[in-house]
Amino acid sequence: MRYLPKSDAERAQMLSATGALSIDELFAMIPAEYRITSDLDLPRQLGESEIIDYFKAAGAKNAVGLASFLGAGCYRHYRPVVIDSLVQRGEFLTSYTPYQAEITQGTLQAIFEFQTMICELTGMDVANASMYDGSTGAAEAIMMATRITGRSHSVVARSVHPEYREVMATYHQHQGLPTTTVDYNRETGQVDLAALDAAITPDTAAVLVQSPNFFGVLEDIPAIAAIAHAKGALLIVSIAEAVSLGLVRPPVEADIVSLEAQSFGVALSYGGPFCGVIATKDKYLRQMPGRLAGQTTDADGQRGFVLTLSTREQHIRREKATSNICTNQALVALMATIFLTVYGKEGVRELAHHNLAKAAYAASTLGTQPGAKLLFAGSPRFHEFVLQTTDSPIDLNNRLLTHNIVGGLDLSKWYPELGQSTLWCATELTTRDHIDTAARVLAGAPVEA
Amino acid sequence: MTATPRTTLGKVRAHQTQNEGLIFEKSSPGKRAYKLPPLDVPDVDPAALLGGAYRPEPGQLPEVSEIEVIRHFTRLSTWNYAIDLGMYPLGSCTMKYNPRVNEFVSRIEGLAEAHPYRPESLAQGSLEIVELLQRCLIEITGMDAITLQPAAGAHGEFTGILLVRAYHQSRGNPRKKVLIPDSAHGTNPATAAICGYEVQNIKSNPEGGIDVAELERIVDEDTAALMLTNPSTIGVFESEIHRIADILHAKGALLYMDGANMNALVGKTRPGDFGVDVMHLNLHKTFSTPHGGGGPGSGPVACKAILEPFLPTPVLVRKPAPATTTPTTTTPGAPGPSHLGTGETTQLGWSFDRPQTVGRVRAFYGNYGMFIRALAYILANGPDGLRQTTEDAVLNANYIRAGLQDLYELPYKTASMHEVVFSDKRQAARGIKTGDIAKRLIDYGFHPYTVSFPMIVSGALMIEPTESESLEELDLFIAAMRSIAAEVESNPDLVKSAPHSTRVSRLDEVTAARKPILRWKPTA
Repeated sequence: MRYLPKSDAERAQMLSATGALSIDELFAMIPAEYRITSDLDLPRQLGESEIIDYFKAAGAKNAVGLASFLGAGCYRHYRPVVIDSLVQRGEFLTSYTPYQAEITQGTLQAIFEFQTMICELTGMDVANASMYDGSTGAAEAIMMATRITGRSHSVVARSVHPEYREVMATYHQHQGLPTTTVDYNRETGQVDLAALDAAITPDTAAVLVQSPNFFGVLEDIPAIAAIAHAKGALLIVSIAEAVSLGLVRPPVEADIVSLEAQSFGVALSYGGPFCGVIATKDKYLRQMPGRLAGQTTDADGQRGFVLTLSTREQHIRREKATSNICTNQALVALMATIFLTVYGKEGVRELAHHNLAKAAYAASTLGTQPGAKLLFAGSPRFHEFVLQTTDSPIDLNNRLLTHNIVGGLDLSKWYPELGQSTLWCATELTTRDHIDTAARVLAGAPVEA
Repeated sequence: MTATPRTTLGKVRAHQTQNEGLIFEKSSPGKRAYKLPPLDVPDVDPAALLGGAYRPEPGQLPEVSEIEVIRHFTRLSTWNYAIDLGMYPLGSCTMKYNPRVNEFVSRIEGLAEAHPYRPESLAQGSLEIVELLQRCLIEITGMDAITLQPAAGAHGEFTGILLVRAYHQSRGNPRKKVLIPDSAHGTNPATAAICGYEVQNIKSNPEGGIDVAELERIVDEDTAALMLTNPSTIGVFESEIHRIADILHAKGALLYMDGANMNALVGKTRPGDFGVDVMHLNLHKTFSTPHGGGGPGSGPVACKAILEPFLPTPVLVRKPAPATTTPTTTTPGAPGPSHLGTGETTQLGWSFDRPQTVGRVRAFYGNYGMFIRALAYILANGPDGLRQTTEDAVLNANYIRAGLQDLYELPYKTASMHEVVFSDKRQAARGIKTGDIAKRLIDYGFHPYTVSFPMIVSGALMIEPTESESLEELDLFIAAMRSIAAEVESNPDLVKSAPHSTRVSRLDEVTAARKPILRWKPTA
């Protein structure tokens, strides 16, 4: 086996050093009736070229080369080449969690830079080293709010990603943390502020909204914060499209921000691995889950970095920890850090500007075709929008597919009240040609091949 | 000022590393490392479009050029130790070789670019990988069903204990407590707590295993499950494993196995055969996906048929194929859409119709990129390679044990599997603790072992070499540990003040925690 660095002679020599007579003697603690004596029923050992052939064939079996208008919490942005060049350096790729600070300063400094960038983008004081993703981060943010407030209920907007809401329900169901869901305004697509106000009780630990929300609409964060804070509840803002922060005002009124950083240089990869992160105000730091890198000095007074405040974590606190999280998404956070370094202060803004322009053109072009209507048209949006069509989403998407276009996401499963509606996303990678072709298909007009 | 003398210690000699400040300190306005293509749609006025939601001031991100990006992160990388540089014997972490073909195949365009909401008919390749990996992991564990959704080991524990809870709930009562040995990883009790269970710790017996008589005494109708790591954190197989399962099952309780140490078992024995009801795997340990400085991981949960109805949604199924729509044009050389509609009568897809499910534990389908890597590892090994891997991992640990047991105290004499745990008892008598020995090991060119864990051993040195170490590297490790044992006698201060060869000396963790500096700020 080519990954194993031993000859049979060396194995025999080592076995003799252990005093065992056979390799099976080293497994003697396993009762004989449970020991496997034949090969497992698995594919035979493959050569490297065969492995590559297998996965290339699988990739080809997926459709490739299609234009796509899918977003909904997973966004296709350009990934600068240097990201993969750098994260594939073995010193990053094959290093462990940096508990031994003297020989992991590279990882630790990069985490410190990541935390700083997330603070700059979100307007929060502190950010952790990462969570699994945006959905689990949102669930953990609510658990954090219950610890801070000593209250047990949460209020979650229905305009939050439906899968995030499902994950929150799974996390909270057995911890005595009931949730109330607040509907959205049918005209604006934003959370219904009156209903929100009515849903908050003295037991409400936190209000959680997403902005841009699942429909791509920006929520009125200052107004929502005022309503939550008036009743002593915290505000958690979930952000699934991190690129929006280039142009969208950071949710500074929030107490906790739960961000999905996938848009910062992370491949779609059929939904993962992505990169969640929780950011908060200084005063709530001790209730934050997840790892943190901090700056300190060494015995000679030189600047260095360590993992810190670990008394919040499971390996010290066990059942009293802030979370059971251990392994996080470190290498993906490094991708995001490199992405943000490549684009920088001006680039993230320019990138967000391109996304805004593409989506504005797509929404106005598609939304004005016969049989199509742009919903929530008067509300501020980032780069997603909802189209209601006289065609069913299935028929429309099948027609688009004949032109190599994957259309918007059918919303009927989660929002049946919106009728035949689809959620569309345009990013800097969406071309005018794709948008114009989709518009002609939508209109039933002839499309040039 | 004299340069560092060019001396060799064990297998290492000092070399230069470049100094490098924080990226923010290298920034200056106007530098850039990106170029966007020109806009092909009408420009917009963001302030007008966004209104009150417009951000007038950008965040203070660095402004640097591309060469500075490359140098910055390359320099940082050289400050890290890594498996690619040498042995990384962290006990319970299974720091094995991360094959590069895994990285290559995970980036194949049709796989890396697949959106999770694309129609299932356009994702059959992605789904076939899920199906084959599931089949392989079920065979390896001897279980009946599996979910790949959990994002890491602790997330898998959470999912597994939710399955346990849903199972008991379906029988009328979720029960109250989860039993956890005192040798367990901290995630186990933290997991039980967030699943709404009381944690009852059970003391290990003199051999470091489960005290079966004690277990029999405390298991009752309030017991939901025992969370057991097997082999245990001291690297010992629970030889009475089936009695343990029988005791639990007799009271209707379930056996959860933490699969952190599965690298000792693959191809040699199967948890499903020895009475385990539910377990998680760590693809980033046993199945070679890279640790990446702390993640991403992947923590599939395998279970027996009695727990299958409760698995998180969605689950992978075969369905009748719908009438496919084939694009009329295809990109030359891209055999994509035209491969569809080839007359297959079934296709793979996700089933959401699961009335007894515990619900979702993560958006989408899990850390998919890790599935590709783990499957590539299994295919590279085959059944014979996986078995040889396990045998080599166990042989390596026992070779280290044989090479060090005369100098380091072995608190448990029970046979070791894939890892060996010593204590610092003899060195502590000279004032040198396990943490000091670990730091001195750095000077010899090795990453330390796991320090002070498991907690049932005072001053533990937990050593897991994995199968990836050659005889030469193991001999160098043993020689280094023996040399340090001699230094503890001859020059304890040298050990106590180690490491001496790293870029930074021991860091002040106390001040870091008391006055946390968790982000860079511009100097006023």
